[in-house]
Amino acid sequence: MTQGDLEDGLVEAIRMAVTRVTPETEGTLRCSVDEEEEEGPKVQLNAILENIKVGKDGSVPICQDTGTITFFVEVGSDHPGLGDIRENILNAVRRASEEVPLRPNAVHPIDHSNSGDNTGRFVPPIHWEIVDGNGLKITVMPKGGGSENMSKLVMMTPGKGLKGVKEIVIDQVAKMEGKPCPPTVVGVGIGGGADVAMELAKKALMRPVGTRHPEKEIAEMEEELLEKVNRLGIGPMGVGGKTTVMDVKIEYAHRHPASFPVAVIPQCWANRQATLELVDGKLEVKG
Amino acid sequence: MNKVLTTPIDPEEVKELNVGDTFYITGTIFTARDAAHEKLLSLSDDELPFDPSKYAMFHCGPAIHKVDGEWEVVSAGPTTSIRMEIFEDEFLDRFGTKIVIGKGGMGDRTLKALEKHGAVYVQYTGGAGALMAKAIEKVEDVYFLEELGIPEAFWMFKVNEAGPFLVTMDSHGNSIHKDVAEKVKENLREIKKEL
Repeated sequence: MTQGDLEDGLVEAIRMAVTRVTPETEGTLRCSVDEEEEEGPKVQLNAILENIKVGKDGSVPICQDTGTITFFVEVGSDHPGLGDIRENILNAVRRASEEVPLRPNAVHPIDHSNSGDNTGRFVPPIHWEIVDGNGLKITVMPKGGGSENMSKLVMMTPGKGLKGVKEIVIDQVAKMEGKPCPPTVVGVGIGGGADVAMELAKKALMRPVGTRHPEKEIAEMEEELLEKVNRLGIGPMGVGGKTTVMDVKIEYAHRHPASFPVAVIPQCWANRQATLELVDGKLEVKG
Repeated sequence: MNKVLTTPIDPEEVKELNVGDTFYITGTIFTARDAAHEKLLSLSDDELPFDPSKYAMFHCGPAIHKVDGEWEVVSAGPTTSIRMEIFEDEFLDRFGTKIVIGKGGMGDRTLKALEKHGAVYVQYTGGAGALMAKAIEKVEDVYFLEELGIPEAFWMFKVNEAGPFLVTMDSHGNSIHKDVAEKVKENLREIKKEL
C-alpha cells in the first residue's frame, strides 16, 4: 500500500458514503413502509427509497447536504504511514469535493467565508484511536446540518439516575419532531465529561442499525427507548406515523461522582457511512 | 396517475388543495433560503429579477456544479423551512407566491399568511436530493450567485414532474405539523408516566 493508494481509497470511501445508505438502514426503511398505514408517511418513505435507488444507480449524492465529512480512524501504532494519515485525509476531502462532488460545507464562523473544499480549521473532524499492531481502519461518516442541529447535551443531576437518562432521550426526540429528517438513528452518550459524552453519542452511530450493545443492561435500555420513542407518533419526516426512529445506540463512560452528562446526537435517515480497511496489505472499501 | 400542477401557477388550483393531498410540478421552481428571502425583500418592485408569483418556491441550497460550462444539479433536497418563518408572511404578502416547498413545516405566522393569500406549504421529503435532481431538466437561470454563494442564490430550475409534494399546510387553516405536534405532546405525557 502506498500513500497514493490511501488517498485514492479515501476518495472512494467518501464517494460511497455520500451516495448510499448502509444496507441495514435500507432494509429497515423497506420494512417501515409496510408498517405505516396512512398515506402521508408512506409517501415520505417511498420517496426516500426511490431516492436511495437514484443515488446508488447514478453514484450521485443522495442528499444535497453532503455534510461535514467526519472520520473515525483506528490505526495501529506500528502502521508505517501513521504520520501521513491526516494529510491523506485532507487531500482526499479536497479531491472528493471536486470529483464527487460535495457541497462546500466549511464556513468561517467569524467572517462567514466558505473555504470551498470542505477543509478548514479543525475540519474535517478526525477522531483518533491508536491501537496495537499495524492495522488501519477508517470510517467515513458524512453528518448533515439538519440532524446535527438537533444534538443535545444535558449535565444531569446524578440522583435522577437511569430514569432521568431515558427522560432526556425521549424528550429530545419529541422536541426534534421532523427536523432531523426522521426516521433517524439516535446516538446516546452517557457518562464521561461533556466532551466524552458527545463523542460517544456520535461514535454510537457507527454501530449498524439493528445491532444491540454487547452488555445486556444497555441493550435492554436501547430496546426500551426505541419502542417508546416510536410511540410518539412523529413519523417519517414528521408527518405523523409509526416510524420515527430506526434505532437507538447507547455508549457509556465512567463519570465524575458529581457529573452525569447525557448526550443525544441524531443521524438522519440518510445514515451514510463507509469504511476503508487494510486487509492482508490491501485496502478494501465497504459501504 | 399523478396529479401534476404546471407553472405559471393557477391560484384557483392551489386553493382547492387540502392537507394530505400529494401532487407533482412541471414547469419552473426557484430556490430561496434565508439570505435569498432577505435579499428579495430588500429590493424594490422594479429591481426584481423574476416574478415570484408565477413559480413555486423551494427552500433549498443545492449541490451543483458546472459541466462543460453548463450548471448541472447534483442533488437538491429541501432545507429546514422554519428558519424562513421570520420572513415568509412578508414574502407572501409582497410577492404573492402560491406554493412553498420545504421540509419540517412552518409556524402560525406562515399559516395565517397562507390562508390570507390562498397559498399552500408542501413538504418535499428531506434528503431526497438525488430524486429531485433527476426531475430537474435544466438550470434556467441563477440570480445573485456572486453575492449570495451557491447554497443561498436563487436557482431557477426547469422541472418535469418533480415531487412528490405532500400538502402539509393548506389555505384553509389546516396544518399537519400543528396536529402532529399536539399529538406528540399528548403521547409524550403518557409515555413518561411509564418510566
